[in-house]
Amino acid sequence: MIEGLAAIYIFMLAGFTGYEIISKVPVILHTPLMSGSNFVHGIVLVGAMVALGIAETTAEQVIGFIAVLLGAGNAVGGYVVTERMLEMFRPSEKKTEGEGS
Amino acid sequence: METLIQAAYLIAAALFILGLKQMSSPVTARRGILWAGAGMVLATLATFLSPQILESDQVSINIMLIIIAIALGGGYAWYSGKKVAMTDMPQMIAMYNGMGGGAAAAIAAVELIKASNEAAHDVTGSSTIADMLGADVAILGILGAIIGTISFSGSIIAWAKLDGRLNRSKLLPAQHIINALLAIVTVGFAVAIYFTSSIDTIIVFYLLALVLGVFITVPVGGADMPVIISLFNALTGLAVGFEGYVLGNAAMIIAGIVVGSAGSLLTQLMAKAMNRSVANVFFAGVGTDAAAASGDGSEGVMKEIQAQDAGILMSFASQVVIIPGYGMAVAQAQHKIWELTQILTEKGVTVKFAIHPVAGRMPGHMNVLLAEAGVPYDMIYDMEDINADFKNTTVALVIGANDVVNPSAKSDSSSPLFGMPILDAVDSENVIVIKRGRGTGFSGVENPLFFTDNTKMLFGDGQKAASELIQAVKEL
Repeated sequence: MIEGLAAIYIFMLAGFTGYEIISKVPVILHTPLMSGSNFVHGIVLVGAMVALGIAETTAEQVIGFIAVLLGAGNAVGGYVVTERMLEMFRPSEKKTEGEGS
Repeated sequence: METLIQAAYLIAAALFILGLKQMSSPVTARRGILWAGAGMVLATLATFLSPQILESDQVSINIMLIIIAIALGGGYAWYSGKKVAMTDMPQMIAMYNGMGGGAAAAIAAVELIKASNEAAHDVTGSSTIADMLGADVAILGILGAIIGTISFSGSIIAWAKLDGRLNRSKLLPAQHIINALLAIVTVGFAVAIYFTSSIDTIIVFYLLALVLGVFITVPVGGADMPVIISLFNALTGLAVGFEGYVLGNAAMIIAGIVVGSAGSLLTQLMAKAMNRSVANVFFAGVGTDAAAASGDGSEGVMKEIQAQDAGILMSFASQVVIIPGYGMAVAQAQHKIWELTQILTEKGVTVKFAIHPVAGRMPGHMNVLLAEAGVPYDMIYDMEDINADFKNTTVALVIGANDVVNPSAKSDSSSPLFGMPILDAVDSENVIVIKRGRGTGFSGVENPLFFTDNTKMLFGDGQKAASELIQAVKEL
């Protein structure tokens, strides 16, 4: 388990990391990147699996089931749309000497 | 086993960060999503081996339920994600994001209900949820619950609005005051959960948070939607990070907080591109009352032009700048426009594409749509790079765009668009506007550009108009 000060360090460092990643992004990638980060928080699926896995009563199972359902939707959907968008960003064959602008 | 699972989570978290990093450059972006995807698969598989799950009393039923839920949720998302048109991408992102927020909120619900049951049957005298979970876990769990739930219902509304299923921008009179009151009551119940063990409090809290998400999102103007979606994306990340702490899951904490901070920054960048503060987006509804007031400001006649004449004008131009908007994408005209571009280039005309930061429904959305049609990205210019160039432009071809070339954003302080940076199409020698009808743009604001002397209107469906232009240019 991660507790106390160690958790605060993780929160802080992760926060800086996210800021660093985004701060140098060209506008053309904003939408794919938002979609990509949307996919990354699909990791909630893992937590949802644990929540359903430790469920004991029916109510917990129902809510846990919903959690996994939604989490899987987030992860899979996020991946599919991001992949489809990024697939189009192939450098043009004619003009490859620079990315220009 | 536990060490192995933790190692898998660590690798997954590293893959997410590296993947996002690669996604921030067009050259490596595709590899980035593959890496992040590999991380997700690894983390998911490792979780099946988690002792927490395997030691549960109902292990076989629960594992079966997990597999069914993944198959259903994942299957639906796979199908809808493959099928959705590129133009509808923003609302799909909103929808998947809402699902993530809902999942985080549901995880919190399971934990809270568990704690509430334990508290009710506890013999040692500790009887509140906070006693059962510990103060830190309870606080972050409840915070994640409120944020996740708002992101869930808010994202659904954002999806419905962008998908054209919901057009209302007001539910109740004095919406903002009611929202503020509702927010206070919701927070009150959130605090109450901490000090009680009552299931009813938890249920009421979730209902209130759901309604709050709806109420916050409904008044937001259509043009501001990208900011909201980006904000909800960041909020979901935060909620996931908090629930990660509740479950002691490092991968969730890292991935969630990284998205939370990256998303917050992205939200600010978008809001800045539209010259609106994030607070402004929430507390002002563009295109509701104000639009009617400024509507009668633009007096004059729109001058029509036929495709034939427009084609001649463009063929003999020295420079043509194409300003595409969401309307072009809806009409699926980007392929025709690219064809037109190629013909004009052969004739020696310099053709450039000018992209407003919020063209499409999100920053970068238009670039995706043009990339789909095959336009190389060295022909595409950002607003700052092209604006000074409009003075040397013979023809600015505006197709399906409206608000982003509206000069009243600069001159008319009563306009709801006032202050938003625009593309200075009005500076070019001729402006040709391809437009379906005489109506106003997405924000509902009248555009004086259409009434100026050098502007000609080419009425018609984007794709049809583009085909006619190609025809006209070819014949010369």
